[in-house]
Amino acid sequence: MVGALLPRLVGLTAVARRSASVTERNIATLRSSYWVVLISGFLEPLLYLLSIGVGVGALIGELPLPDGSTVPYAAFVAPAMLAASAMSGALAETTFNFFAKMKFMKLYDGVLATPVRPFEIALGELGWAMARGVLYSAAFLGVMVAMELTTPTRALAAFPAAVLIGFAFGALGMAASTYMRSWQDFDLVGFVQFTLFLFSGTFVPAEAYPAVLRWLVEVTPLYRAVDLTRGITTGSGDWSLLLDVLYLLGVLVLGLVVAGRRMGRLLYR
Amino acid sequence: MTTAQPLIQARGLVKRFGDFTAVDGIDVEVRPGEAFGFLGPNGAGKSSTMRMIGCVSPPTAGELRILGMDPRRDGPAIRARLGVCPQLDNLDPELTVRENLTTYARYFGIPRRVAAQRAAELLDFVQLTERAGSKVEPLSGGMKRRLTIARALVNSPDLVLLDEPTTGLDPQARHLVWERLFRLKRQGVTLVLTTHYMDEAEQLCDRLVVMDGGRIVAEGSPRELIDRYSTREVVELRFVVDSQQDVAGKLDGIGERVEVLPDRILLYVADGDAAMAQVHGRALAPASVLVRRSGLEDVFLHLTGRTLVD
Amino acid sequence: MDTVETPRRRPAGVGPALAVLEYHLIGYRRVWRGSVLSSFLLPLLTVVGFGLGVGAYVDGGVAGVPYLDYLVPGLIASTALQVAVAESTWPVLGNFEWVRVYAGQAAAPLRVADILGGHLAYVLVRVLISSVVFLAVAAVAGSLHSPWALATLPLMLLLGLAVAAPVFAFAASIPSDNYLALLIRLGVIPMTLFAGVFFPVESLPVVLRGFAYLSPLWHAVDLSRAATLGTAPTWSLPGHLLYLTAWALVGCGLAHARFRRRLVF
Repeated sequence: MVGALLPRLVGLTAVARRSASVTERNIATLRSSYWVVLISGFLEPLLYLLSIGVGVGALIGELPLPDGSTVPYAAFVAPAMLAASAMSGALAETTFNFFAKMKFMKLYDGVLATPVRPFEIALGELGWAMARGVLYSAAFLGVMVAMELTTPTRALAAFPAAVLIGFAFGALGMAASTYMRSWQDFDLVGFVQFTLFLFSGTFVPAEAYPAVLRWLVEVTPLYRAVDLTRGITTGSGDWSLLLDVLYLLGVLVLGLVVAGRRMGRLLYR
Repeated sequence: MTTAQPLIQARGLVKRFGDFTAVDGIDVEVRPGEAFGFLGPNGAGKSSTMRMIGCVSPPTAGELRILGMDPRRDGPAIRARLGVCPQLDNLDPELTVRENLTTYARYFGIPRRVAAQRAAELLDFVQLTERAGSKVEPLSGGMKRRLTIARALVNSPDLVLLDEPTTGLDPQARHLVWERLFRLKRQGVTLVLTTHYMDEAEQLCDRLVVMDGGRIVAEGSPRELIDRYSTREVVELRFVVDSQQDVAGKLDGIGERVEVLPDRILLYVADGDAAMAQVHGRALAPASVLVRRSGLEDVFLHLTGRTLVD
Repeated sequence: MDTVETPRRRPAGVGPALAVLEYHLIGYRRVWRGSVLSSFLLPLLTVVGFGLGVGAYVDGGVAGVPYLDYLVPGLIASTALQVAVAESTWPVLGNFEWVRVYAGQAAAPLRVADILGGHLAYVLVRVLISSVVFLAVAAVAGSLHSPWALATLPLMLLLGLAVAAPVFAFAASIPSDNYLALLIRLGVIPMTLFAGVFFPVESLPVVLRGFAYLSPLWHAVDLSRAATLGTAPTWSLPGHLLYLTAWALVGCGLAHARFRRRLVF
């Protein structure tokens, strides 16, 4: 039993080590100008929160939640911005940048000549995308607490949710990137991303949509992500949060498997 | 490991991409410590063979063993002991020269401190120490190539694969690369390289195979191949434009063989000066004459009827 | 050898700049499908998502009109801004650094002004196309309340130039495209969100309101809204126009100087 298990465990640490070496490469690229871009990325969800949540919120007042309670519009929008920023942070790194590294810089052709395998590259890149996303999420939750849009306890609970959302979208983005043929295809990614951003129950409750649209919206990943974060930060969540978590875990695993396979096929020609 | 065991052993190796057969059943053996060359024109199947040996391209058919292991199963374990210098530099443009080596070392699981030390030694070896802090982009073609070679050595490999190591470099840069590769060879590192430059193969390879259309058409040391497929000397004659075909007929019987190329005529002879006397004896007046020693270029021409670099 | 006679003198007037414009238009023919998504569909989705979606929760509208009608003129302007910026950032940097189109053009008998002017003209064509489409959709949606709405077209061209010209200068000055991401995040997005597109600037804290007034977008939004609603702008008309013109002129001057330094040496 132990004899059979040991090589597998050694294998796992080797996978982890090799994936980490891919993440390390990204850390080594950090330069002053990139740091500023990295930090400024945090501003985006905050600005949306202030503009739409507070600015437009002043025109709206309070909104009803599914459990019947009402919250100020800003408290309604804030968790959606948290989920959306976890999504866009992860996608930025795993679509555009990932594609550039694979097709443009031919970075992985070099890595492939080493013991590192395609799946480990995918894992390492995802780890890097997450390092960035995790920082954004933590900072944003801090702002939400400071603006009294949620309580510190709920913010703590929402943090792992935001990390999961980032991982799920990161894996999804990476899998999608392996199907991209040119930069033009990324117009489509941006379009899909913005459409999700607008219609995933982010700015108005999904109940406001016509029935057909509503069903469509409810199966998209960002809707599940918003449902999860909003349920936690407003304290209005119920058993459906479990469904959200399972859904996002499924997306994560599926994305990673597809990305690893596709990369293997693209790179091991 | 006994000295008899080959580092690379291929039998009936085939690589197909859809309908196109890039490598068409080749047998190769590379022994420890030798410098082995794949010689051939573009599209001969050299790079595909190199990618299969580098374990980044699964063979379509045939048998392949690298360092005694199976690339299909032991890819990472084999690659841990290989150094690869690809045809096109794929250095990391976002990193400095030194970081290119240290981050690459990390892919092999080399500890950070050892990696830094290795990087310093290798930068010295390829004479890039002064550019250690520079980004890759401003480096010259020759410097990038040397850095790629240094990167291939970062894990102290048993076997170094070099795909066209000097293609696209100016003569000075080429000689510098050759000189460094020669040093490696003297240190006992096994080198496998592809090239379409004859002089490169003659300079560096102990043994080589000539490839054409995915097959091996000849095998041996550069000297053996020249002796077998060519003559001692070659006379290159250039005539006034458009008169070549007429002249060619009048050269019959001089030397062993006459090759007519678009821009010149080659006479394969044992003694160049004697052959020239014969040419003048037939009242032919070439615009220019060059007598030279025979080389691999001539071997290739003889074997395939085509020139190598077009 | 020559079968066609090649002119030996440099063509005069705006001909050379038009040739540059033509070059860019030919490129557009290849990529216009992608731009349909970003220049038309995204703004339309924003109209639906915010105008109808969020608008349904805004009781009583804003400034006496439904939220949708309040939002549309703002979105016309912010879309013009987005298109102008998108076409003046990565494309300009790329033409210098990656595809080196400008260097190729500079080797022809073109002046810096032709190269710059031709490309700027192309950006304005793009701005105009998206504004026309947006305006047509707004008309169908019944959000236009005055024939003055047509005046938004020249207005968007002015806004486009006021934004594109300084961005050209910026894109020609930076060492890495990371700075473009910064421009978008620190300049364009805040402007879009706080310059009166989604809600009145009067509800901003005083300091932020100052920034909104400084941005070229607010001036265009205020005029655009006055035009589609048929009301008077909240600030003087000549003042708005002069301010935008100043951005355009200073921007063109800077861009010309930067292009000159990069292309003539």
